[in-house]
Amino acid sequence: MTQEILLAEYHKKIKEAFEVFDHEANNTVDVREIGTIIRSLGCCPSEGELHDLIAEVEEEEPTGYIRFEKFLPVMTRILLERRYRPIPEDLLLEAFEVLDSSKRGFLLKEELIKYMTEEGEPFSQEEMEEMLSAAIHPESNSIHYKDYITMMVIDES
Amino acid sequence: MSTHDLEDMGCGTSSAKSDRQSEKVLKAALVIQNWYRGYSARLKARHRYALTIFQSIEYADEQCQMQLSNFFSFMMENYTHIHEKDPEIVSRLFGSTSQNNEDKQDYIRLIEVPDSYKGPRLQFPLTFPDIDLLVDAFKQQQILHARYVLEVLFETKKVLKQKPNFTHVTTSPSKEITICGDLHGKLDDLFLIFYKNGLPSENNSYIFNGDFVDRGRNSIEVLMILFVSFLVYPNDLHLNRGNHEDFMMNLRYGFTKEILYKYKIHGKEILEILEDVYTWLPIGTIIDNEILVIHGGISESTDLDLLQRVERHKMKSVLMPPVPLDGDRHTTLKKHKINAMAMPREVKSSTSMSEQLTKHEWEQIIDILWSDPRGQKGCYPNTSRGGGCYFGPDVTSKVLNRHHLKMVIRSHECKPEGYEICHDGKVVTVFSASNYYEEGSNRGAYIKLFYDMDPRFFQYQVTRTTCLKPLYQRISAIETSAIRILRERIIARKTDLIHAFHLQDLSKSGKVSLGQWAFSMENTLGLHLPWRSLSSHLVTTDTDGNINYMSSFQDIHIQKPVKEAQSTLIETLYRYRSDLQIIFNVIDSDHSGLISMEEFRSMWKLFNRHYNIHIDDCQVDELAERMDLNKDGSIDFNEFLKAFDVVHKLDKKHKSKSSFA
Repeated sequence: MTQEILLAEYHKKIKEAFEVFDHEANNTVDVREIGTIIRSLGCCPSEGELHDLIAEVEEEEPTGYIRFEKFLPVMTRILLERRYRPIPEDLLLEAFEVLDSSKRGFLLKEELIKYMTEEGEPFSQEEMEEMLSAAIHPESNSIHYKDYITMMVIDES
Repeated sequence: MSTHDLEDMGCGTSSAKSDRQSEKVLKAALVIQNWYRGYSARLKARHRYALTIFQSIEYADEQCQMQLSNFFSFMMENYTHIHEKDPEIVSRLFGSTSQNNEDKQDYIRLIEVPDSYKGPRLQFPLTFPDIDLLVDAFKQQQILHARYVLEVLFETKKVLKQKPNFTHVTTSPSKEITICGDLHGKLDDLFLIFYKNGLPSENNSYIFNGDFVDRGRNSIEVLMILFVSFLVYPNDLHLNRGNHEDFMMNLRYGFTKEILYKYKIHGKEILEILEDVYTWLPIGTIIDNEILVIHGGISESTDLDLLQRVERHKMKSVLMPPVPLDGDRHTTLKKHKINAMAMPREVKSSTSMSEQLTKHEWEQIIDILWSDPRGQKGCYPNTSRGGGCYFGPDVTSKVLNRHHLKMVIRSHECKPEGYEICHDGKVVTVFSASNYYEEGSNRGAYIKLFYDMDPRFFQYQVTRTTCLKPLYQRISAIETSAIRILRERIIARKTDLIHAFHLQDLSKSGKVSLGQWAFSMENTLGLHLPWRSLSSHLVTTDTDGNINYMSSFQDIHIQKPVKEAQSTLIETLYRYRSDLQIIFNVIDSDHSGLISMEEFRSMWKLFNRHYNIHIDDCQVDELAERMDLNKDGSIDFNEFLKAFDVVHKLDKKHKSKSSFA
């Protein structure tokens, strides 16, 4: 595929993802949806990286809306440079195993909550509840992370 | 960021070790959070994609509905056969049904409610306990006896007739007003609203902004509760007409079916009176001389003074625009380039100029019932729905200023959060049917207006189970449902799609690029969807990234009622199923469910010509003859159309949808 065609295809893909969140059909989206759009295109920036990206695509005087004209070149560059690649499954498993220091094969609900809301880029309460609703094993109140990861991977394929 | 790292630096080997450990924990947490946020965002996007699919298809259907209007005009000008045999059709389509009020009332009084009837018994004149009684009864899934339905409809029409086109209401410190949007036959949502916000009363005023019926399975119950409440509190419960308060829409979107199913003996009478009641529903409400409440929207030519004067009951249906009469007829015929030989005889109808609205008046009402706000400036024809327009923020400002108003509250569009504010706060959409497309698809909302305060929004969502499934399962279900109906659309255009693909794939290798595939899909189906993002659900891709376009036709096919019938015929009949249903229903003026072979043949010929379908008449003839199972020269068209259903090969259990549409 020539560079030109590749670029055109990227543009169309980005436009599609953008339009779905462009409720008023005027080529703008709410700034709070930018993270979702970028991630729906397969990229996984951290919260900090996302913050920087938003600053790049915002207006000089932030209006709360992001225009497509500003978003397109930035997003195209990200896709071309293959930035913010998603976390591979095995690395995700390793991360859980680090938190599971006694190598039990599961994490207790309280442990997961502590790590997710106190370390790294902490979860909001909503994010924590959402994750728990799918991850928690109702009887044991624990997260069997290997099964959880497999389940999520299947759901996305 | 963890606070451990920096503080413990330089304090010996044990703290260095714990530093490394806490760094590992930090990194691990970051990995998991990063992954989860990506996953969560993709879930949200999948939800949005599904809603986009549902909405596009819904609007495309409405477009078809509007196009039927052209067909009916065409039909009337060419269907000489029907003119001769059934002048009823003409008056059905273009005239007013003769309603002799006294006869109707006597007829209703003759209907007896047997002692064995265990449902709710209303007492006229209605009072507050009747509202309560009805709500309780419907919660127990009882059906209101036809006698009461008819009486309520009859009384409602009487009271509605006295209402002006726009009701003026005011808020006061002791009086708040609640505004609800589309309910579409969702009784649970109405119950939830009453539970959260209280039943209607003199101190608890409500405005219901149209689209009470169609699509949900309890349209008649919703309507009865609203009408009974209206009869008890005619000055505190306000009803605005929506685009679904239209007997032609009900034919396509399920309410007609619901009535004929629940009321097997008196269904027809109910439908007849209902048709009339709809036309007397007010066009809108104006609050405190500041806020305009209407179902759809406005256009740049919206003239509220004209709309206040118009004879609103002459607006029978969106599919029945004013017909050009007598002198105008010849020009219309010339416009359609009708063959001189096919010139119809004089239309014997009771239609006269005084029984119709002018074209301008009719369009003004259509704009109010069908328009949607959009971000782009200006006013454009609403091509998705086929009626009304798209109006921009500049149009809103202009029209509001023209009439010294501050805000428009409207409904008509499903919003994920139940409401949406746009045009700089001047236009508010409120939609009250939660889970409209599918379980979990959206919230419902209502607005409360307090004296001298900003509007407040209240959201809710009906859930079937007490224990919610995890988010990913709910979204997966919505997604599956959306993809399913999209695939039904795809199979209905199989021949056209293959033709489009072959234009791109001249060697007929079976493969095209993603871009070519997306282009063909969008153009052939006429649905503006994120095809590239949806491709993984619809087709298979080879290792080079090319699309195997034939793969979307696997796992699904249209049943063939007769083996020999050609696939193009089957596809066409499947695709136009809803349109044909409406046309048949109109021809079948006595609601018997049967039409004669002759009527079927003539109607089909016209349909063929108007929609430019290239199918031999004889093929359809043959099919019809096979369908005439009792060989008595008449066709049960419901059976005929039911035979063209789609079978999803991977359906393990029969999924019966809980709607009548």
